[in-house]
Parts: sequence; C-alpha cells; structure tokens
Amino acid sequence: MEVFHLLPEILASSIRLSVPLIFACLAGLWSERSGIVDIGLEGKMLAGAFAAAAAATFFGSVWTGLLLALIVSVAFSLIHGYASITHRGNQVVSGVAINMLAAGLALVLGNTWFHEGGRTPALAVTERFMPLFLPSDAVLRDLPVIGWVVQIVSGHSLLTYVAFALVPLTAWALARTRFGLRLRAVGENPHAVDTAGISVAWLRYRAVIIAGLLCGLAGAFLSTSLAAGFIKDMSAGRGFMALAALIFANWRAWPALGACLLFGFLGALGNHLQGAEIMGLKVPVQAIIMLPYVLTVILLAGFIGKSIPPRASGIPYTKDR
Amino acid sequence: MAAARGELPGWVDIGLIPVLNLAIALIVAGLVVVIIGESPIEALGILLNGAMGSLKGWGYTLYYATNFTFTGLAVAVAFHAGLFNIGGEGQVYVAGLGAGIVGLGLDFLPWPIGLPLAILACMAFGAAWAFIPAYLQAKRGSHIVITTIMFNFIAASLMVYLINNVFRPAGRMAVESREITSIVMPSFREIGAWIGVKLPNTPLNLTIILAGLAVWAVWYLLWRTKLGYEIRAAGANPAAAVYAGIRPERIIIIAMLISGGLAGLMAVNEILGVQHRLVLEFAGGAGFVGIAVALMGRSHPAGVVLAALLFGLLYQGGAELSFAKPAITRDMIVVIQGLVILFMGALEQAFRPHLLRVFAVAGA
Repeated sequence: MEVFHLLPEILASSIRLSVPLIFACLAGLWSERSGIVDIGLEGKMLAGAFAAAAAATFFGSVWTGLLLALIVSVAFSLIHGYASITHRGNQVVSGVAINMLAAGLALVLGNTWFHEGGRTPALAVTERFMPLFLPSDAVLRDLPVIGWVVQIVSGHSLLTYVAFALVPLTAWALARTRFGLRLRAVGENPHAVDTAGISVAWLRYRAVIIAGLLCGLAGAFLSTSLAAGFIKDMSAGRGFMALAALIFANWRAWPALGACLLFGFLGALGNHLQGAEIMGLKVPVQAIIMLPYVLTVILLAGFIGKSIPPRASGIPYTKDR
Repeated sequence: MAAARGELPGWVDIGLIPVLNLAIALIVAGLVVVIIGESPIEALGILLNGAMGSLKGWGYTLYYATNFTFTGLAVAVAFHAGLFNIGGEGQVYVAGLGAGIVGLGLDFLPWPIGLPLAILACMAFGAAWAFIPAYLQAKRGSHIVITTIMFNFIAASLMVYLINNVFRPAGRMAVESREITSIVMPSFREIGAWIGVKLPNTPLNLTIILAGLAVWAVWYLLWRTKLGYEIRAAGANPAAAVYAGIRPERIIIIAMLISGGLAGLMAVNEILGVQHRLVLEFAGGAGFVGIAVALMGRSHPAGVVLAALLFGLLYQGGAELSFAKPAITRDMIVVIQGLVILFMGALEQAFRPHLLRVFAVAGA
C-alpha cells in the first residue's frame, strides 16, 4: 500500500518539522517556569533565522551564523527582560512588540543588505547545517524494518540531534539542579525565593537568556537547515504553535517533546496530504493545519485534561517594602 | 508599588509621559533609518507629504485610519474589561463572512435594507468569533490571550477553506468570491460624482462615518451607561466588582462581544467599501495595529482616533516613502508599530522614576 511507502518519509519529515517547535517550546518552558510569559518566541525565532542566514552569507560559515542567531535572539530576550523584569511592564504587550520588531527589522535590514525583497541569498553547503548520515547508511536503508528506522532517524542535521538532546537536559536541570529548583520556585512563589535571599530578578533574567539562546537555535535551524536562507515570515506561526505545545505539555519537558512531535507530525501530514484523497474522501488540508490550534483550545477549555501554568507566571514581582 | 506609583502632576501622567514615550519610539525608528543609510529628516518629509500633501494622500490616510479605529476600539474596550484581545485579526477576517453572505447571498434585497443587514452581519460574525474565547475564559478559565491567538490561526485556515471551496465561483483561478455588486458602501469619489465634485480615486468610503459613530458609541457606553461602568469596574478590580454585585463572567462575555463586533466593522470598510469581494488575508495585520492604537490612545476613544490617524498617516506616508526611497520598505511601518507598542505599552512606566526625581527636586 502506498501509505506504507510514505510512512518513513512522513515520519522523518515530522521530526524535521518538530525541531524548531522543540527548541521554541523549551524556550517557553524555561521562561514561563521562572514566571515570565513569553509571547515573543515567534519574533525571537524569526530574528534568529534572519541573523543566522545573514551572518552565514557574510562570513561564509554556518557557525558564525549560529553564533549571531544566538546573540540577536538573546538581545531580544533581554529587551523582554528589561521591560518585564526591571520595569514590571505587561509581559504580553512586550512579547507582541518583540514579534513586530523582529518581523519588521528582518525585512528592512534584509532588503538593505541583500536587495532581494527581504530574502537572503541562497546559502551554500558550507553555510548550512547539512544532513548527517550514519556510516553505511545507504546499505542499512535497504534492509527490512531496520531500513525504516534508519530512514526516520538518519539524515538529519546536527541541530536536530541537539534539539532532542536538550529535552532530557532541560528535564534534568529543572528537576535536579539547584538552579532549576530555584527557577521553578521563582515561577511559583517569588516571595519565598526572595525571602531566602536569592535575587528574583537575576534568576528570571537567566531564564529569559536561556529562552533567547533556545529561540536562536530554533531560528538558525529554520534558515540554515530546514531551508537554505531566510525568507519573509519563515517562522510562520511556529512560535505560537510552540506555546500551544507548552500548554499541551503542562509546562513539562518530556510531554513538551511529545506535543512537538505530534504537531510536527500533523504538519508533515498536511504537506503530504496536499490534494490527496483518503478512501475517496478529500481531506481539506486546512483542517489538518488548524488541528494543533483547535486541540490546544479544547485542552485549554479543560475537556481533555487540565493544564495549570506556573502560579506566578505573567505577574511582575514587586519586592515588599 | 507604593514608591513607583508616587505622585506626579496629572498633566505629566496624561500628557508628558505618553509624548516622551512616543518621541523615543520615533527616535529609535529614526536610528533604524540612519542604519539603512537614509536621512530620517528627508524620510519624514516624504512621509508627511505623501500622507497629507494631497487630497489623494488624505483619502488613503483616512481610509487606513478607519480600519485602525475599529480594531483600536476593539482592543480598547477589552482592555477596559481587563482583557487582552489579541484576536482582532481573526475577528476581522471571520467578519468578512457576514459581508460575503449578505452581500452575495441576499443581493436581491434593496440597498437600504441590505446594507444595514450586511453591517450587522459583519458585527455578528466578528462578535461570534470573539464569543468562544470569551466563553472559555469566563466559564472555564482558559487564558484569553492564548485562545484568541489560537483563534487567529484557526480563522486563517477556516477562511482559506471557505473562500476557496464555498465562495470561489467555479472556473475562477483567483481565490476570491464573485463581485458584490449592489450591497456596497459608496465611495467618496462616487458621492462626489453625484454632486458634481471631482475627487481623486481613493478607497475612502462612507464607512468612515460609521467609524465616527462607533467612537462616540464606545465613549457613551463606557462613561455614560451602567454597563460601561460595570465593564470598567470589573477591569480595574475584579474582586471589588464582585462585591458591587457585578458578575465578572457576564462582563467578560459582553465586553468581548462588543470588542469582536467592533473589529468586525473593519470588514465593512474592506469588503463592502473597497474590495467588493471576499478576498484572502484582507485584514492585512490591521488587527495587530489595533493593539498599538489602543495602547497609544490609552484606551480612550478620543485617543484611539488620534492614534488611528497617526497610524493611517504612517501607512499611507510609508507607502509613498517606499516608492521614493526603495530602501525604506513598507516593513518599516511594522518596526515603528513594534517600537510604539514597546515604549508606550511594555515600557510605559520606564521614565516614571526619573520624572518622580525631577519633580521631587523641582517641588522641594
């Protein structure tokens, strides 16, 4: 049956599509666990994607691209931190501002530097994270069963494996390290943390910086791995889908991986089912595209389960006087 | 927040701080223009001339301002109820269905009946799209910021499907409905032609009068009616409002219905006034501009009008600017929007401590 031939391909493509979601979702996880709501994942990812592609073009190296993506994305998260931690501004408003700033600046600067209507030039092989293959990949690929597994897990770029490695790392850091425990405490009860003599602001700043780094990775993946260069609006709502995944995962790392894989799978399915018919019935692609959002709303409504955000998230901390 | 909320003269809070914040946003925008190698002063000149230097410029400026007035009022009403409606974009988009259904399906109706019906339908569809997030917030505690964002994406997919599969006539390549012929908002050019005045061809149409009415109605509602008082009370202090006998769930739903209805009116301007057919992506980001407009206008209808005019000017002037100076693309407007939201919204209070010091010194 045709579906079985397509399946490894769809699954491999699901993994590719879930990578930016995983990075961004973990970014949201770190930030929101510390009590800072981050609507600006989308913008930081887009800024990172642009910075990565622009720097890779200028310097001819994907690593410089990655570095710049991290720097630019962290710069945006510091703006978010400055507004929402230092000045106790509205975190949602700040996030909206960052999304617009990133979208606008990427196009204005891109147009000035490259004169291609906001795109960056197509990146060469050395300027991208290219697929990595297992040794003797070609042989393994033809084997039954093992071949399928190889087709699914082999041939991804370095950043894909980094994304998957960061999930256990995040879960461990938040559950087992002193920093992680304090960070979660500051998202639940900042007063208690403050009373213990630990700086709430510094903890939260570190959390938004980590979020910035992760969004930078997401952006670099988009423009140097998934695609070969930056194009307008290439984050395409993934930052918001990552937020949805975060809610789905109830602000925990392993379930976040599951949610991102599910959403990635739906994305891959949507791409493959373009115009396809299943059992004589034409499935509208839009129905699959909107499914993650619909599922999130249903979840938020409490019909699938209950998702409880960190108690202090979104609330600026004011020291008692 | 006792210290941060120190005493400042009223004119500083209402006048000086917003002006300072706006000035800084514009200065940073000017720096961006410098970075891309153009002169901000020259750019400003072209922008202002493009927006206000001719009747045609004014027509476009006011047309954009009409859109932003509706979306700005929508965000402002929700703000007063303590709600952040990021879903204006989706509400506008879905409201297009109201214009499409009445304008195309009921086009046998005479204009004086059909047009009001179409306007009401736009409001109803906009309100309906806001109702679900509102209901979920009120009854099930689902965070309205997240649900309205999700509803923007759901609206985008839904509308692509409906326009493509339901509204698009068979055989037409472009993804759009057939033309709405009779139930349309007359443009100022047409009205000018009736009375023998030649006006330039701009998208400005009678919907601007509707916008004026909406501004007045929102002001009257918020400051002259019991419901408006309840909305503001529930927004300012939900706990206290409960003791005053106000039911927050009811207010959430009513405020969001009004908000969605106001956003829906933008579809009247775009679909019945300009496009005359249901097209893809006709909201064009105006729902998000509404956030900047409401923040800048401090959620007051008069402020919203001023802010909508400013953004109308930026949009029209920015379009002219991008012709004259191709380096300054229209995306520059999005940068300015972001800066305005950042400095007038999130960093609104950033100068307050400094000003407090200045005024403490001056007062002592």
